[in-house]
Amino acid sequence: MRGERVTERSRPDLEIKDLHVQVEDKVILKGVNLGISKGEIHALMGPNGSGKSTLANVLMGNPFYQVVKGDVLYKGEDLLAMAPDERARKGLFIAFQYPVAIPGVTMSSFLRTAVSARRGYQTELIPVSEFQKILRAKIEELKMEPSITGRYVNEGFSGGEKKRAEILQMALLEPQIAIMDETDSGLDIDSVKIVADGVNRMFAAAGGQMGILVITHYSRILHFIKPHHVHVIFDGRLVVSGSSELAEELERTGYEGIKSQVDIIRTEVAESGAVRRAGKVFWVEH
Amino acid sequence: MATTNPLGIDLEHYKWGFRDPVDKYVFTARKGLDADVVNQISHMKSEPDWMRAYRLHAYDHFRQRPIPTWGADLTQIDFDEIYYYLKPVEEKGRTWEDVPQDIKRTFDRLGIPEAEKKWLAGVGAQYESESVYHNLKEEWEKLGVIFLDTDTALKKHPDIFREYFGTVVPPEDNKLAALNSAVWSGGSFVYVPEGVRVDIPLQAYFRINAEKAGQFERTLIICEPGSYVHYVEGCTAPIYTSDALHAAVVEIIVKEGARCRYTTIQNWSTNTYNLVTKRAVAYRDATMEWVDGNIGSKLTVKYPSVYMVEPGAKAEILSVAYAGKGQHQDPGGKVIHAAPHTQSSVISKSISKDGGRAGYRGLVKVYPGAVGSKCAVRCDALILDEYSRSDTYPTNEIEEEDVSITHEATVSKVSDEQLFYLMARGIKADEAMGMIVRGFIEPITKELPLEYAVELNRLIALEMEGSVG
Repeated sequence: MRGERVTERSRPDLEIKDLHVQVEDKVILKGVNLGISKGEIHALMGPNGSGKSTLANVLMGNPFYQVVKGDVLYKGEDLLAMAPDERARKGLFIAFQYPVAIPGVTMSSFLRTAVSARRGYQTELIPVSEFQKILRAKIEELKMEPSITGRYVNEGFSGGEKKRAEILQMALLEPQIAIMDETDSGLDIDSVKIVADGVNRMFAAAGGQMGILVITHYSRILHFIKPHHVHVIFDGRLVVSGSSELAEELERTGYEGIKSQVDIIRTEVAESGAVRRAGKVFWVEH
Repeated sequence: MATTNPLGIDLEHYKWGFRDPVDKYVFTARKGLDADVVNQISHMKSEPDWMRAYRLHAYDHFRQRPIPTWGADLTQIDFDEIYYYLKPVEEKGRTWEDVPQDIKRTFDRLGIPEAEKKWLAGVGAQYESESVYHNLKEEWEKLGVIFLDTDTALKKHPDIFREYFGTVVPPEDNKLAALNSAVWSGGSFVYVPEGVRVDIPLQAYFRINAEKAGQFERTLIICEPGSYVHYVEGCTAPIYTSDALHAAVVEIIVKEGARCRYTTIQNWSTNTYNLVTKRAVAYRDATMEWVDGNIGSKLTVKYPSVYMVEPGAKAEILSVAYAGKGQHQDPGGKVIHAAPHTQSSVISKSISKDGGRAGYRGLVKVYPGAVGSKCAVRCDALILDEYSRSDTYPTNEIEEEDVSITHEATVSKVSDEQLFYLMARGIKADEAMGMIVRGFIEPITKELPLEYAVELNRLIALEMEGSVG
C-alpha cells in the first residue's frame, strides 16, 4: 500500500521548522518540524536521549543550546530572536524537568514578580491582596501545602513538590502555549493524577486559548491528560505522529515496536517526506 | 534648636565664643593632629579634667602605635592630611548645590523625603522626628533607660560613664582606638537597667540632638542583668561626607542573662576609610548579637567582636558587605571563648562586582578550659563578574580540646541556570539578577528591622542595574 501525501493545515501558533540544535559540539536535534495551536494538546514521546528536553529548552531560550539551523515562529514572530523573559511574557511557558533552587527568594515573592511580569505590570507589582486571592485558589486546586509560599524557590522541595510547584506556576501565568517537560517523572500515581487534573482544569478553563505540549517518556500521564496528537522522536527527529491511540500502541509495543515500523517504511518509501499509514503519519528521512 | 556639627560642638555657642575676646581658643581649620588640637576639643566641650587627661593619654598612644597589620592594608592613610576638628566655614557654607549629583540622584531614587535628604547630605537643618521621639523618650525614661548622645551622657551621668568608658576598648588597644579616644565626639550612650526590656529598637536618629554621623563617634552601651535592647544605627542612604576617615569605637557590656543586639547599616561615600572598632563583653548566659551591613566606603575594616568571659555566654555575628568599583570591604568578626559552654555563630555574606573586593576576615579563639564551647562560622561569597574578587581569611586559635568548631566557606557565581529559570517566568534579566542577590543576603536582611531590609534591598537593586548584558 502506497502512502499518501499529507496536506498542510492552517498556520499554527507555534511553528517549528527544520530545527537543528547542538550543545557544545554535539548535534541533538536534526531537523524537527512541529506545529502547535491553542486549543490543542500534543504529546511528544521518545526514549532517553532522543532530544525531547532539548526541544523544550530551546523553545524557552536556554542559552546552553545553540540553534544551528531552522526557524521557530510564535504567532508569526521570530521566537528565536526573543530573550527568554520576552517569550514568557508573550505567553510561552515551560514546566521544567529539573527546576533549580533560588535560595533566599520566597515562592510568594517570586510568583508575585512573575505574575506581574506576565500581566504587563511595568514598575509596580500586582497588588498583594489580588495576588494572594489568586494564589490561594490555585494552591487549593493543586492540593498543595499553603506553607509552600513562604519557602524558598525549589529549595529542599521533594521531587513531587518541585513538579507540582511548576504546575502551580503554569496555573498562575496562564500561558498560551505550555510545554511540560517530563512532569510525570518522579511522581507517584496520586501526584500524577492531581497534576493531570490541574492541567485539564486549566485547559478547559482557557476555553480554547491554551495549547499544551506534554513531553514524556512513559504513556502513564497520557491516561489522564488526553492528547489530540502524539509525536514520537528518535535521535533528534520526529519519526511518527498520530492520535492518542499511538500512545496506547507505544505502551503495548514499546519504542522498539515503533522503531521497526519506521525501519520498514523507510525501506519501502524512496523519497523523504510524510507518509500516512495505519492511522499514523510517518516522517521519512533519507 | 542649636545646630551641631560632626564634632558635637554647639555652633551657636561657638559663634558667641568667637565674638567673645575672653575665649582664647580660636579655631582655624588645620590639618593634622597634635596635643593642642586635643586640648581644644576637650575645652570646647567643657569636659571634666579626667576626660581631657584621658584624651591626651590616648593621643600619646596614637602617636607611638604602629598602623595595625591585622586586616586590610591601611598604609595609604595619611593621618597628617585629615581634619580632626571643626571646619566651621566649610560646614556652614555647604549648600544643597554642593552635594554631588550622583548622591542626589540616589536620594531621589530611594524616595527619601526632602528634609531627610538635606540632613543626610549634611546640609541645613537636621532631620527632625521630634514628636515620634518625645513619645518614645517618655516611655524610656519611665523604665529608667538612658539614651543620649555620648557628650551629653558624660555631663549628665558622669559616674556611670566613667565606670564603663574605655573598659572594653581601651586606648592602648590599637592605633585607631587610641585615635578615637583622643578626638571622639558624638555617638550614642545607652544604659538599660536590670530586668528592663526595651521592645522598640533604639534608633540613632531618634536621639535628641541627633547629629549626622560623625567621623570619630564613640558609642557605649551597658545592659544590666536580665535586660534587653536592640540598638540600630546607620542608614542605607549614602552618607555624604568630605571626610576621608571614619574611625568609630563601640563598646558594649552585656551582663548576666541580658541580651543586646546592635544593628548597623552603613553606606559611606566611596572616598571614605571606614575603620571601626566594635567590641562587646558578654557575661554569664548573656547574648550579644552584631548585625552589620556595609555597602559604601572605599575601604571598610570592621571586625565586630564578642568576648565571652563567663559560662553560657553567646555571640552571634551576621555581616553582609557589598563591594563595587574601587571598593574594598574587609568585614568579619572575632569570637573569643574565654569560659566553658560558650557558643558563637558567625554568618558572613559578601558580594563583589565591577572589580570590587569583598571578603571575610575572622578570628575564633578558644582559651584553655573553655570546655563544651561551640562555634560555627559560615562565610559565603558571591562574585558577580570576572573582574571582582573575594577573599576569606579565617584564623582559628583553639587551645581547648573539648570544643566543637565548624567552618564552612563557599564562593559562588550567579548561575546561568538560575537566571534562565527566573527569566523563563517573564522576569527581566537585571531583576532576575537582583532577586538572586537579594536571596543570597536574605539570611541577614530577615534579621533587620523591616524598613532597613526594604531600603537595603532597594539599594542593592540600584547597584545591580545594568549588571546583565
